[in-house]
Amino acid sequence: MTAQLYLNGVERSFDGFKAINGLSLHVTKGELRAIIGPNGAGKTTMMDIITGKTRPDKGEVFWNEKVDLTKTDEAGSARLGIGRKFQKPTVIESLSVEDNIALALKTDRSVFATLFARRTAAQEDRITELLELVRLVAERSRPAADLSHGQKQWLEIGMLLAQEPELLLVDEPAAGMTDDETMRTAELLRGLAGEHTVIVVEHDMEFVRALDCKVTVLHQGRVLAEGSIDHVSANPEVVEVYLGR
Amino acid sequence: MLGLLRRTLLIFLLTPSFLMAQDFENLVTLLPEGDFDDRGRVVNQIAVSGDDRALPLLEMLTNGELSYLRETGRIVTLREEGDDDVAYDALSDERIGVVGRRDARDIRVNNGLRRDIAAAIGRMGLQSPDPAVRLDAAQRAFRARDPAQIAALTDALSAESEPHVATVFEQARAAAILQSDDAVQADKRAAIAVLAARGDRDALSALSPALSDPALVADAQAATDEIERSIASWGLAQNLWYGISLGSVLMLAAIGLAITFGVMGVINMAHGELVMIGAYTTYLVQETIRNSFPEMFGWSLAIAVPLAFLTAGAVGVAIERGVVRYLYGRPLETLLATWGISLILQQAVRSIFGPNNREVGNPDWMSGAVDVGQMAMTWNRIWILVFALAVFAALLLVLNRTPIGLQMRAVTQNRSMAANMGIRTGWVDAMTFGLGAGVAGLAGVALSQIDNVSPNLGQSYIVDSFMVVVFGGAGNLWGAFAGAFTLGIATKFMEPWVGAVLAKILILVAIILFIQKRPRGLFALKGRAVDS
Amino acid sequence: MSRLIDRRMGFFLIALFIAVVAIPVGNLVMEGKPVASYVVQLSGKYLCYALLAVALDLVWGYCGILSLGHGAFFALGGYAMGMHLMREIGTRGVYGDPVLPDFMVFLSYEELPWFWLGFDQFWFAALMAMVVPGVLAFLFGWFAFRSRVSGVYLSIITQAMTYALMLAFFRNEMGFGGNNGLTDFKDVLGFDLQSDATRAGLFVASAVALVAGLLIAKAIALSQLGKVLIGIRDAEDRTRFLGYRVEGYKLFVFVVSAMMAGVAGALYTPQVGIINPGEFSPANSIEIVIWVALGGRGTLVGAAIGAIFVALAKTFLTGWIPEIWLFALGGLFVFVTLFMPKGILGVIEDGWGRIRRPTVRKEVTP
Repeated sequence: MTAQLYLNGVERSFDGFKAINGLSLHVTKGELRAIIGPNGAGKTTMMDIITGKTRPDKGEVFWNEKVDLTKTDEAGSARLGIGRKFQKPTVIESLSVEDNIALALKTDRSVFATLFARRTAAQEDRITELLELVRLVAERSRPAADLSHGQKQWLEIGMLLAQEPELLLVDEPAAGMTDDETMRTAELLRGLAGEHTVIVVEHDMEFVRALDCKVTVLHQGRVLAEGSIDHVSANPEVVEVYLGR
Repeated sequence: MLGLLRRTLLIFLLTPSFLMAQDFENLVTLLPEGDFDDRGRVVNQIAVSGDDRALPLLEMLTNGELSYLRETGRIVTLREEGDDDVAYDALSDERIGVVGRRDARDIRVNNGLRRDIAAAIGRMGLQSPDPAVRLDAAQRAFRARDPAQIAALTDALSAESEPHVATVFEQARAAAILQSDDAVQADKRAAIAVLAARGDRDALSALSPALSDPALVADAQAATDEIERSIASWGLAQNLWYGISLGSVLMLAAIGLAITFGVMGVINMAHGELVMIGAYTTYLVQETIRNSFPEMFGWSLAIAVPLAFLTAGAVGVAIERGVVRYLYGRPLETLLATWGISLILQQAVRSIFGPNNREVGNPDWMSGAVDVGQMAMTWNRIWILVFALAVFAALLLVLNRTPIGLQMRAVTQNRSMAANMGIRTGWVDAMTFGLGAGVAGLAGVALSQIDNVSPNLGQSYIVDSFMVVVFGGAGNLWGAFAGAFTLGIATKFMEPWVGAVLAKILILVAIILFIQKRPRGLFALKGRAVDS
Repeated sequence: MSRLIDRRMGFFLIALFIAVVAIPVGNLVMEGKPVASYVVQLSGKYLCYALLAVALDLVWGYCGILSLGHGAFFALGGYAMGMHLMREIGTRGVYGDPVLPDFMVFLSYEELPWFWLGFDQFWFAALMAMVVPGVLAFLFGWFAFRSRVSGVYLSIITQAMTYALMLAFFRNEMGFGGNNGLTDFKDVLGFDLQSDATRAGLFVASAVALVAGLLIAKAIALSQLGKVLIGIRDAEDRTRFLGYRVEGYKLFVFVVSAMMAGVAGALYTPQVGIINPGEFSPANSIEIVIWVALGGRGTLVGAAIGAIFVALAKTFLTGWIPEIWLFALGGLFVFVTLFMPKGILGVIEDGWGRIRRPTVRKEVTP
């Protein structure tokens, strides 16, 4: 199987503090992967490196085995097909729900193309389809600022899907959601895997269990353990640094 | 007949043997006699007489203030009293009485005689008991470069006990030797070495005769090169001093801003006006002292410092409590609101004190200058540097070593966590803003000493102080320190090349380019935390 | 088209149209001149300010770039037109030199500096009034946006930019008339600048430019690009991660805005009869921001209204009690930021909504 994402020996430090210290990761196409770890384990920095927000000091980061991700920026990684969902739901508050999705649709992102862009019927259909998926059809023309916290999470997921990414990086999607919403989110992510590659960074163990996938435990900027949730839960080191607390 | 007799007497008198016993007063009466050459000889005798009255007399002579009474031959000076000319004795200043226009005649001097008198005065100074007078005379002799003075200088040098005066005597002698046609080569070589050691622009011109002497040209050229190097390095030192001085002013103006911007993330556009308030406080203190306690004037700045800190600080706290606290987290709105406040403060000061410059004086200890080598440093600039460093050190202490400083740092780094730990963040904000404002007031005291105290005072520093903070990096006092001195020195080193205005423009452009490379300045806080 | 001219825009355009007809007619046609000539001149000046405010609103209101240097683009446009007007004077100057403007003769220039060439042509000056601010905005923005200077840092360096330009234009050696700037203009395109008809013409031209500026800005705001700009303003990171190269968009809107400001400056110079380095002063640029904030950020029409309102207030107050003007302006800055974050238009529309909502509710509740 081809590696969708390949990190090898990545290091990155901030003011002498090694946020990432020899991290290696291998995620295959279509895989659903959960990444867990205590605070300061380097989860956010790892995602920053994958999406080109932060440059690593050392190490290799490859996309589809040939594209060097250390040389792209955020927009570049997005155009390659990496979608990122922030921990805190980030939508464009003054735009309507519909416009938020429309902005995310996979189109030509150059300045002049967007200046003269006209929305096609196919795009309208696609927007409706996505709004149905994230259950926001009724909110279609309301400003995103009016949505509840959970709805914003869904809208952001909808925007992510509108990008038609090959890889979804999802940062703590269950934060601030009700139990019901959490389970629905897990279901959605499981459904997305296969067609998309999905990496979920999460704290909530119930949620990770519900994802039912391979788990990577990060600690102090490196991989501590990898395997099924039951496998890593049984690892005494993992228990000590993370689950034991 | 009488004239002939006196003329004979004159020649007789000028023989050395007679001179020993000669009375100074009689000598003086000979001044009107003969031609200018004769007068020159008398002048020389007066000069070597060692009499205290010689110097003022010769000065009066060279200024054309001496006359003699035709009747008695007495040497007098005439002063106008009402419509009359009144004669006073030139030596005793005793009032003789009104004289008619025809009763007195001027003792005339020409340029040749004036030169002789100047040389004579110079030689007299060489023997003065007062070292300051001797030093002055030595310096004059150095500039005169008169070969005729070599002997006198040699004598003076051997008698001199003060080393720093002796050095100048030696240099003056060296300059005279190089000018002389008779001096031997060895002496001239030694003279070149002496001048080379002096190393300034005057030494360079004293060396010029040696450059045209084929036997000496090599030595002289080497000495000239050495002096030029020395002048260049002193010039560098002088520029460095100007730069440090400008840096200290910039630091004073910017450091309060660094606190409000760095610690609180608040852009305080009214910062310049707080500086202005400090300057006007100084003005008021000085006015009060001038009117009521003039003898206290030397203390005016010491009194103004705490008052300016408190006044500007109080205004700062009022701004924070009244406006800024409602705008936290909205830096652009804060910028606009504080700009509005700055306009109000400016106009308020203009309405109260008028639009013109107010006079703020320098106390004695801040006036004058001191020479260090070939470089001049004015006392006010020196004191401002000292003051700036003291303020900086005090701020470091407050922020790093006091409980309030600890709370300020805690609030900067994690506001909500600090609040959870029971720190009253609102109070800390007010105190921090007040501290920044108070420091601006202190800057105002210093700036009142070197700049015009007018309602526009603050405006002229605001862009510069922002540049310092942006360049140095917010959130760090050391950033403001490094930023201020770097910009100050860079500006002063560019000024000789491109002029003051262009230097400033280039500095601004350089900062605009620099901030592209390091968007958060020299001493930026790094890491992920900054982005959130 | 209907979206381009919404209710606000419609009202404003109608009001502007009435002014454009009434003011020249009152000045030129009607008996007894009910509209004095200076009113025509002032009104034209206000419209230039309004266009400048619209330009700033495009970058600040829609893209969140608080430029404290827009006065520089305005002044550069003004200088470009001023240079043309200087060349138009020809032999009518004090020294009567056919080529060199008076100040160059005075400073003993031998020949015209290269950057003055071409300005004898009106079309060239008009083009440069847009190109020069545009190029400056492009260079400045290219450096600043690419290295992600944003927020207050960006504001401060835009302020430094206009300050540096002010210092530069104060220098006689720059060849732009130094301290005194460019003045003593005689005519434009052969029309006497002192005549009422020319003034009315310039006023109408300013109105046309303002309408064009408003419609262009509105079209940009309504396009997909306008949505990206709002995305950048509200959530810059989100927009980046959606695959938009934020710097390119910022650069585009910054350059467009600078060119618009340049046009405003080019129309301003012939109407006030002088352009000098004072126009570059940082205080002027910050004043533009308060026009926009007062009128309502991100509303375009509001920015124009804010500019006209503040300019009117300035004219009246400085004529009436000069000391009070800075207090009023300063107070306005504080008041608007504290109590009117949405500006005049926001207040009006909230009020409008409050009037209408009860009726809506009645329909819903039963």
